[in-house]
Amino acid sequence: MKSAREVQTLGKKPDERGHFGIFGGRFVPETLMEALRELTRTYRMLKRNTKFQLELKHYLSTYAGRPTPLYEAKNLSAVLGRNLRIFLKREDLCHTGAHKINNTIGQGLLARYLGKKRIIAETGAGQHGVAAATAARLFNLECDVFMGSEDMKRQALNVYKMNLLGARVIPVHSGAKTLKDATNEAIRDWVTHVDTTHYLLGSVVGPHPYPMIVRDFQSVIGRETKAQFKKVARTSPDYLIACVGGGSNAIGFFHPFLEERVKLIGIEAAGKGLNTSKHAASLRKGTIGVLHGMKSFVLQDREGQVQLAHSISAGLDYPSVGPEHAFLKETGRVRYESATDEDALYGFHILTLLEGIMPALEPAHAIGYLVRRARSFPRGSKIAICLSGRGDKDLDVVRKFKVKIPGAPSS
Amino acid sequence: MNNRLTQTLRSANRNGKKLFCAYVTLGFPRLSVTEALLPVLEKAGVDILELGFPFSDPLADGPTIQFASEAAIKQKVRLQHAFHLIRKLRKKGFRIPVLLFSYLNPVMHYGISQTLRQLRQSGFDGLIVPDLPPEEGRMWEPWFKRHQLSLVYLVAPTTPAKRIREIANRSSGFVYYVSLKGVTGSRRALPLDLKRKLKTVKQNTRKPVLVGFGVSNEKQARAISEVADGVIVGSAIVSRLKRGEKAIQSVRSFVSGLVRSIR
Repeated sequence: MKSAREVQTLGKKPDERGHFGIFGGRFVPETLMEALRELTRTYRMLKRNTKFQLELKHYLSTYAGRPTPLYEAKNLSAVLGRNLRIFLKREDLCHTGAHKINNTIGQGLLARYLGKKRIIAETGAGQHGVAAATAARLFNLECDVFMGSEDMKRQALNVYKMNLLGARVIPVHSGAKTLKDATNEAIRDWVTHVDTTHYLLGSVVGPHPYPMIVRDFQSVIGRETKAQFKKVARTSPDYLIACVGGGSNAIGFFHPFLEERVKLIGIEAAGKGLNTSKHAASLRKGTIGVLHGMKSFVLQDREGQVQLAHSISAGLDYPSVGPEHAFLKETGRVRYESATDEDALYGFHILTLLEGIMPALEPAHAIGYLVRRARSFPRGSKIAICLSGRGDKDLDVVRKFKVKIPGAPSS
Repeated sequence: MNNRLTQTLRSANRNGKKLFCAYVTLGFPRLSVTEALLPVLEKAGVDILELGFPFSDPLADGPTIQFASEAAIKQKVRLQHAFHLIRKLRKKGFRIPVLLFSYLNPVMHYGISQTLRQLRQSGFDGLIVPDLPPEEGRMWEPWFKRHQLSLVYLVAPTTPAKRIREIANRSSGFVYYVSLKGVTGSRRALPLDLKRKLKTVKQNTRKPVLVGFGVSNEKQARAISEVADGVIVGSAIVSRLKRGEKAIQSVRSFVSGLVRSIR
């Protein structure tokens, strides 16, 4: 059991050098160290700068569409029974269709304060790439997005969107040609153009200060949820559930609740099953390692070579996880569970049919988990789920699989 | 600290000799080629050898070493192979200092203390870890001392003077100066202000400074050695290893030329 004091300091991480317990830190080529130090200095200053915070708030409300609603899913609750009350934090209603924009607006603004004229980003499914390209338009920055050549084929529509937004999408042919390799390539570009370029990292991963910065920009999700919950339900939630790939929506959702009596559950992608090699459950199946400048849990083989992750949802398809999640797992503050590809598809259909909301396949893992495990929650529990994005981008995948939903209207 | 590396550095310093350090990827194109190549490099006049261990995510490396790493991983190269190879060569009289060049993850996964013990026992003299800055390396420095292994830190063109002093202070053996902002790989031209920057580095440390990244021909090597204590060449050697049967011959004449150019 954690002491009261430990619980009180959970939300105060990382330390000066970017460590969350033994995780995090800065494991990068020396060329980047000065840029990371400068970024940390500037960010700490802006965090307390009223003008910056007001400007950020302005863009989040007038441009990104915040606050997003907290919706009580009464149809889903009724089907699950046991007087459960399910609430959905509707990040799917953000501009560009996912929570990613919270971070890209924040860092776009940050890039402007840093005096950098160019941003670069890595992307897997293209959601962060589109959000970064969008922020680049908003703040008039040049934008290059690195994307694995395999992913470019699978996500052609998002590549087209980025092109329309005036971003250059640079195909990455090295390694496995997916997100992990796109991230390597973005870091290599940053090493080369560090004077003029800001690296707009898309998740709570990478070297310090990124896990901290991205978490802070995403924490707006949890802060709003807390206030809205008080208003709607006149109390706090009992459970928060969010999906975890790199982990940015989950950290943003959880962080304002870390020091409160709310149970937190992170859902990793179990792909075809945790007992196969085709999953993305770095926290549950990975071992401690160093990737992309951070120490965290990593899916790796016996020689310490990083392995490929697999998930039906490209957004969870990452062989590591943010260091703060690693820390929250080790301290026991957050429980990490998993949901398979099949669970996610089931979650997608059930939410679509019951509530008329098509979730992205990432949060569909959280829905699928909830539906499967509904009976394990105490009667009358109030459960909030972070619906981190909308499902339009995944329809081609969904279409390929037939899923039987009992009691669904026949099509 | 007393090992082959520190001895080589001390004697070079006494004689005013410029040092040539060669990098090759272990197991590229095959383990047997690496084994045949190392004695050839020694004979060609190489003073220090960096044996690169392949990693799946080499974020400080350009296309040449990325390619070599991928190829070596496909052959299932393991850290054990590095230990076996150097132990075998030492028995056959291979004398020059050898540093393992590895990203942190494979070494950490093997176990730092286990790695250091085996490196020492098999005849290595130190380690270069491109993604380990001194802040994170500090806790392991005493272990290196215990095993008489050098932990070489890197200094970059973006490193401020105060930090150069700190890094150089902590770096064991020599200071690895990264010539340019970017990844490894041959460059037609090195930065115009390289000599000026190198002078700044030299002013901030009495340790030998060796320069790597981008160095790929005799002219560059000669120019750098006028200011620095030596040069490190990697990608330009590794790219010649792709030349099939003529690979070793081609590396031999290339390296001999480079060595002559700095002496």
